[in-house]
Amino acid sequence: MPIALYRIDDRLIHGQVVVGWGQPLELRFIVLVDDDVAGSEWEQELYRMGVPPEMEVHFLAVDEAAAALPAFQSDSRPGLVLVGDIDTMTRLIAQSGHTIHAVNVGGVHHAAGRTPRLRYVFLSPIEEAGLQSIAHGGVEVTAQDVPGSPAVPLAELLLATLDG
Amino acid sequence: MDVLAQHSPPPVRAIIVAHGALADGLASAVQQITGRGSMFHAMSNSGLSLADIKDSVSRALDETGARVIFTDLPAGSCTMAVRKIMRARIDVTVVTGVNLSVLLDFAMHETIDPVTAARSALERGRASIVAHGA
Repeated sequence: MPIALYRIDDRLIHGQVVVGWGQPLELRFIVLVDDDVAGSEWEQELYRMGVPPEMEVHFLAVDEAAAALPAFQSDSRPGLVLVGDIDTMTRLIAQSGHTIHAVNVGGVHHAAGRTPRLRYVFLSPIEEAGLQSIAHGGVEVTAQDVPGSPAVPLAELLLATLDG
Repeated sequence: MDVLAQHSPPPVRAIIVAHGALADGLASAVQQITGRGSMFHAMSNSGLSLADIKDSVSRALDETGARVIFTDLPAGSCTMAVRKIMRARIDVTVVTGVNLSVLLDFAMHETIDPVTAARSALERGRASIVAHGA
């Protein structure tokens, strides 16, 4: 079974991921790809705390995740690959030989220099270019925080403003 | 007599951090029932990254002097942010799974120290979750 969702979410493992997506997708594993978390045992413990016992969590750096991705992609169980930012997803796609075909922008929150696009997506010019670059590589990029909300295509996302 | 001092709101004794408007709603409900809602500083994680939740709560700890934090989901981003703060601030106590019963009990025990009041209140909160009927 292919990975059910490749998600960019700066909150990493939290309610939307574990409950909002985890239950309808019947997720059985999460691959959290983050160079810092992969090197921090206490952060791994913190995130593991947020995951129900029936769900495995793997903490991997980008290069480790790229190498392990074929095994995860051929796993018969539904899984989710989670990164905290656009740059990490860009590197993962490139290093894994472009085997990722769709990316979900689930949460990129407010920070200085970012423009509000959706309630849960704020993007800097560099991040917008990063998403466009991912899309130009043949990846479908959409923004969607939870399954019940509409998936917003990248072209629409980049024109969106919070005012309407 | 200092009338203003007599009617000034009680100091903040705890922070509530939760999803959406839950924290505001809980503090409002405590206010309606006991008149003591202002002892809670209510915060939302809406629109904030994990790093921003952490920064906001850290600032609130500094500004209010509170050392007890109530959060909603045990593994939600609010709790995650607070747990990260607790790595550096060992004087902070977090109570997860907040509900109105917990806060009412906490609010009614303002003469004991906030940490003891919070630990006592969570028992009341647990006991308040009951199923009736078939």
